[in-house]
Amino acid sequence: MTVESLYTADGMKMVCGGDGSKQIDGVYCCDMLSVAMSKAPAGSCWVTVVCNLNTLAVASLTDCACVIIAGGVLVGDDVKAKAEAEGIALFSSEEPVFETALKVHGMLGA
Amino acid sequence: MSEVKLSYTISGDDFTRAGEASGDVKSKLKVLGVSPDIVRKVSIALYEGEINMVIHAHGGTIDVIISEKDITMVLADKGPGIENVELAMQAGYSTASENVRALGFGAGMGLPNMKKYSDEMKIDTRLGEGTTVTMKVLLQ
Ligand SMILES: Nc1ncnc2c1ncn2[C@@H]1O[C@H](COP(=O)(O)OP(=O)(O)OP(=O)(O)O)[C@@H](O)[C@H]1O
Ligand SMILES: [Mg+2]
Repeated sequence: MTVESLYTADGMKMVCGGDGSKQIDGVYCCDMLSVAMSKAPAGSCWVTVVCNLNTLAVASLTDCACVIIAGGVLVGDDVKAKAEAEGIALFSSEEPVFETALKVHGMLGA
Repeated sequence: MSEVKLSYTISGDDFTRAGEASGDVKSKLKVLGVSPDIVRKVSIALYEGEINMVIHAHGGTIDVIISEKDITMVLADKGPGIENVELAMQAGYSTASENVRALGFGAGMGLPNMKKYSDEMKIDTRLGEGTTVTMKVLLQ
């Protein structure tokens, strides 16, 4: 599945489209940045409630396919602008981390 | 390739700019044609060190020296120093404040990551004077 599939996915709000042709290989959940830094697999869809510029720095250093800010956490304009500047696909979801991850996981299997 | 040196001043407690130096090093290494694996190691090790300087030591300086055989990163700060380096190196040990924990820091994994992603790492620290972390990543 590619990032583009999330553009119109139910419950997913697109903040920044990034590279829609990027392949999503799996889902990764973590809210501690330095844990994600060493454990997030390249090509993963990272689901987290931590939303600040450092989230994007970690996503870019680990080569995540995209980031979903879950739990209805507000995505600030600074984060949106940075995602656009760096071309990082960024979404937000009102649902909690687990439900959001489960949804993407389900889409991957479909 | 002759030696290339990059230098940065990192301002303290400015989270919005934290990570800019490592981001810049990352893009410069790419331009220099350094392999993606090495770029990743250097970027991660440097990012963790840069963040530590910002959240624990009110900023400092970063020098990155790229030679034919390795990349050396020197991160120097005039912060509080580290009381027990062995303890600080343990996965999960953190003195991060509630403020920075709310930003996703404080897992106590930064120093272990720096050790893991560099080929050599040395910490010189003096209480009340500061800390200098030197990391080396080999190019082959
Ligand atoms: N440059 C520094 N100056 C002073 N103390 C430091 C410095 N770097 C690390 N420390 C101390 O070592 C501890 C462990 O650092 P480490 O990077 O592993 O974890 P952390 O920064 O607390 O959390 P994380 O990196 O997982 O977000 C810190 O909590 C802090 O007490
Ligand atoms: Mg740290």
